[in-house]
Amino acid sequence: MSRDDFVGYAVPALTLGMGLFAWEGLVRYFEVPSYLLPAPSLIIATLITDWPVLSASLWVTLSITLKALLIAVIGSVTLAIIFAQSRIVERAFYPFAVAMQVTPIVAIAPLLLIYLTPGIAVLVCAFLVAFFPLLANTTLGLSSADHNLVDLFQMYRASKMQQFLLLRLPSALPYFLAGLRISGGLALIGAIVAEIAAGSAGQGSGLAYRIVESGFRLNIPRMFAALLLISVAGITIHLLLTALSHWLLRDWHDSERGRET
Amino acid sequence: MNKIATLRTNETAVRVATPPLVTLRGVDKVFANEVTALRGLDLDIQAGEFLSLLGPSGCGKSTVLRLLSGLAAPTRGEITWRTKCPELGFVFQEPTLTPWSDVFTNVWLPLRLAGVSKEKARPRVEEALEQVGLAGFAKAYPRQLSGGMKMRVSIARALVTRPTVLLMDEPFAALDEITRLKLNDDLAALRSALGATVVFVTHSVFESVYLSDRIVVMAARPGRAVAEITVEAPTESRHEGFRLCQEYADTCVQTSAALHVAMGDQPPKMLKSGMP
Repeated sequence: MSRDDFVGYAVPALTLGMGLFAWEGLVRYFEVPSYLLPAPSLIIATLITDWPVLSASLWVTLSITLKALLIAVIGSVTLAIIFAQSRIVERAFYPFAVAMQVTPIVAIAPLLLIYLTPGIAVLVCAFLVAFFPLLANTTLGLSSADHNLVDLFQMYRASKMQQFLLLRLPSALPYFLAGLRISGGLALIGAIVAEIAAGSAGQGSGLAYRIVESGFRLNIPRMFAALLLISVAGITIHLLLTALSHWLLRDWHDSERGRET
Repeated sequence: MNKIATLRTNETAVRVATPPLVTLRGVDKVFANEVTALRGLDLDIQAGEFLSLLGPSGCGKSTVLRLLSGLAAPTRGEITWRTKCPELGFVFQEPTLTPWSDVFTNVWLPLRLAGVSKEKARPRVEEALEQVGLAGFAKAYPRQLSGGMKMRVSIARALVTRPTVLLMDEPFAALDEITRLKLNDDLAALRSALGATVVFVTHSVFESVYLSDRIVVMAARPGRAVAEITVEAPTESRHEGFRLCQEYADTCVQTSAALHVAMGDQPPKMLKSGMP
């Protein structure tokens, strides 16, 4: 193992392991009751015994997150392309997009719950938070093509479509992917927050609902187990999107360029 | 425009009186911010000549290229081409490649935009890469190449349409001196093989004398042409040895003096001990 690998993988693994070991040791030593702070071993045990319930909830949360992300991708890219065609359209609609972004979704959720069925409301909330970073980044990306290349395309009498497909779209790709990585995490947060808002009204069955429900029942180990699943889901989404970004940009973009030191 | 110096070699230049390829008459260019980039420019460009536009920053030399390429229109005056819609090639100061596509795809671009398929374009792309000495690099990505090699790709892209006019906007300004000299040698050799008209913008006296048949010296604020220098060494003599000959040195001195006048300075006095 090279030194870089050691620093990259072994060191964080070691600190994580030590942290968990200390947690376990302190809980056992001070005999902390499990309804206050369960030991890591108990959380894992709960995760295994409650897996049928928790895995069903995980699936609900994940499917909301992914659907929201997918709709956000389609919607934001479409809107960014429309923005890129006309400055007037961009000016006209951008304030709406910003207003949608800066209003905290927890505040919108109860309203959405009145208008929509709980399932759809949660989806819409997750979509709303995931939408803006994608829109902002893709819009920026579409307008940041190299000016000399734009001149070159014009000189060779490229059609608008050619310029769009061969120049603007590839120029926007790194920006879009950066937005996607942010939105991936935000979609999960949006889904959880909306579900908590909805769950307090006795709706839903995702992981956030499990946390609220376990809290009412003082089933703290299950709360932790659900929390662990949410974290793992978030990390997995982040890793997958990072891998996708690396795969698409590895040949050409500076962000993926290894530097000799 | 006054002709301040004409260098003659053994060979007497014989200019057949053909109409110029392009004629600029009284061309003004004023930008939206009211900066006058060019005022009253008269310029004839002959078919097949290598013309350098030499001058300090802000003298409008790049603007001339943009006007010739049709990317900008003159505010006043006329630009008349002898042939309608000549095939142009443009080389920017930066390589200006698309980083997401490999060398082949970059060079294919002008043909691709004209609707030529990849397979049909292949022989011409390969020929262009061969001309710039990058035959084995079709699959490389721009970021894997050095600055000089990227510039070669950029030149290959300009050559792939077999242009009648090659417009070059300080193409080697961002390169190191060694790479620059090498590319100058290669461009000189390429030029005699191509027979295209080249309009070359530079702020290097040495580069302009080495490469050009004619140098138009420009001054800034407002941009205008102030002097013209003819370098009559034949195209075939433009190789490394040309830099060492007396005529090259003399023309550099004359050109440099003209540039100083254009910038409103006194030409520097030559040191006695500095004489070869």
